[in-house]
Amino acid sequence: MPRRTATIEGIGFWTDGLPSWQAARDFIAGGAPVADAPRRPSPRLLAANERRRAPETVAVALEVALAACTAAGRDPASLPSIFASTHGDLAITDYMCATLADDPRAISPTKFHNSVHNAAAGYWTIGGGCMHASTALSAYDATFAQGLVEALAQLADGAEAVLLAAYDGAAVGPLETMSHSRGLLGAALVLSRNPGKLRLRATLVDGRAPEATGPLSRHAAGNAMAPMLPLLEALAGGGDTALLHAGPDRVLRVEIAHG
Amino acid sequence: MPQVQPSPVTPALAITAYTATTALGRGRNAQASALRERRGGLRRNDFGTGAAGEQRLDTWIGRVDGLEDVALPAGFERVDCRNNRLAWLALQQDAMVERIDALCARHGPERVALVLGTSTSSIGATEEAYARLSGDGLRFPPDLDAPILHTPHSLGHFVQQATGLRGPCITVATACSSSAKVFAQAARLIGSGAADAALVGGVDTLCGSVLFGFNSLGLVSATPCRPFDAARDGLSLGEAGGYAIVERADRDAPGLRLCGYGESSDAHHMSTPHPEGLGAQLAMRGALQRAGIDAAEVGYLNLHGTATPANDAVEAQAVSALFPDTLHAGSTKGWTGHTLGAAGIVESVFALIALEDGLLPGTLNSQARDAACGAQIHFDNARSGSLRYAMNNSFGFGGNNCSLVFGTA
Repeated sequence: MPRRTATIEGIGFWTDGLPSWQAARDFIAGGAPVADAPRRPSPRLLAANERRRAPETVAVALEVALAACTAAGRDPASLPSIFASTHGDLAITDYMCATLADDPRAISPTKFHNSVHNAAAGYWTIGGGCMHASTALSAYDATFAQGLVEALAQLADGAEAVLLAAYDGAAVGPLETMSHSRGLLGAALVLSRNPGKLRLRATLVDGRAPEATGPLSRHAAGNAMAPMLPLLEALAGGGDTALLHAGPDRVLRVEIAHG
Repeated sequence: MPQVQPSPVTPALAITAYTATTALGRGRNAQASALRERRGGLRRNDFGTGAAGEQRLDTWIGRVDGLEDVALPAGFERVDCRNNRLAWLALQQDAMVERIDALCARHGPERVALVLGTSTSSIGATEEAYARLSGDGLRFPPDLDAPILHTPHSLGHFVQQATGLRGPCITVATACSSSAKVFAQAARLIGSGAADAALVGGVDTLCGSVLFGFNSLGLVSATPCRPFDAARDGLSLGEAGGYAIVERADRDAPGLRLCGYGESSDAHHMSTPHPEGLGAQLAMRGALQRAGIDAAEVGYLNLHGTATPANDAVEAQAVSALFPDTLHAGSTKGWTGHTLGAAGIVESVFALIALEDGLLPGTLNSQARDAACGAQIHFDNARSGSLRYAMNNSFGFGGNNCSLVFGTA
């Protein structure tokens, strides 16, 4: 039998008004968003000057990744990582395309190297001193589900534990009419082969994911990474199944054991 | 040496079909003959219109001929763009379509994974749309207003639709290691039971982002690139597409194998490699461990060899640290240019050609060996009658490294 089960050792979360997994859990349980929540995350993994300059998608990815590692009691340097994002940083794509249309030789070298889809993965491994494998994936609206499939495949392949971080940011400029994404949203899971209380098993099947109507799904509905939210709602609320969009007419069926 | 989890030896997978389309031509044999005859595909930069044309860079590029005339099949007009044309053109070579159909018939389309690598996907279409925004400066032109064109998964989505594959479907975008990592991910998907086989590959096309982006970093040469030459001064950019089919190996059937893969991170800098090549060494060691072979058993190594001053010095040092002098290593970037997210598949195809034909490419355009080069690095081509294992290195921005070991059985 394919081994596609894992223990969830730690969870990280950040979105506008809900700047932690605890805040998200409270919100799912009926609470209100945090009134004075920061407007953007300030990930401790980066040096102070980099924290301010980093693209917001990098900031949210590193924030949730570190929170998940902290919750799992794992050193960021000890884990292979998977960074999943639908669009990468849309503000940088907008900058690149606008500058190319106007004055191509004026492209900023920093913006260029930050434009790669694996920018967050790069900053994560540099900031945490991590020499393990890191990857950066996209599968459009199925990005989270496909990232989770890869995370489970890495565990089956011999990794003791892996980090999965998923995030998207806001579209800006003309690109906003094409790549619909608002606000900032990120979540991360540390998954392992070790025994644990909170476990999941995932299977790709035919079908369509139902319309997401949970509290987090409504709160962050405009963000491109919203298709991951039914899983987080199930994890917080004791649900035993989450159906995640996994591509055209495909669903990742995630079964959860809360032990 | 930093410690990472030791890589287990994993069962080899069969490579049952492969192809590449580059500036050297269309399909496997066009690559093999150009490599054998040392016929490069670089030309003076003639790419780009509008502002990109007016500010055209003085450099050389590996441009694929005839993409302007490629027609996507009916029903795909909305996603017509240079990257998808190259994805389609590459798919038409070496009977790949027939092989994929046979694969689907054998396993069922939902059991065949699709894992493709790219660095910029079809961002060229986004660039073009920004150059042609309508009156209010906000609206995309109608011929470029399909949302899927303007996102990294444009490539994976197009090939998924074009092939009808229904297994796990992912676009890997780790810059220049992207389409090497697809082999590792496919192996994991098959190993974990999520798929029975996979179509892997990669496509990247020339666009303003990479030409002017690499130029902004001072990494683009005004001459055809000269990997491992003491006077090298940067890369030549190129475009390419390629595919391979990865399946569980029938132990008794001879053929090509994916024997091992190694992936690592430099943990050093976004756009410069680790000064001692520690990440590169980790990736190569990981691939050898998984293959269960010694470095001395590798007969050919296709180097990342971009011809930037930093990459080649560091890679030469890492190769010297790992391999005996008898290894034949070379960079084929002088033939194709640096095809970025497609480099992994293109140079894996070159390694597979080496295994099948005994053709060990050297390095094109280079004259004076850099002092950092060990005896492993060759400028001249060679032949081998007994090549058992061939390796490919791909290293990307963000310090993202992948090495692959291919073999014959």
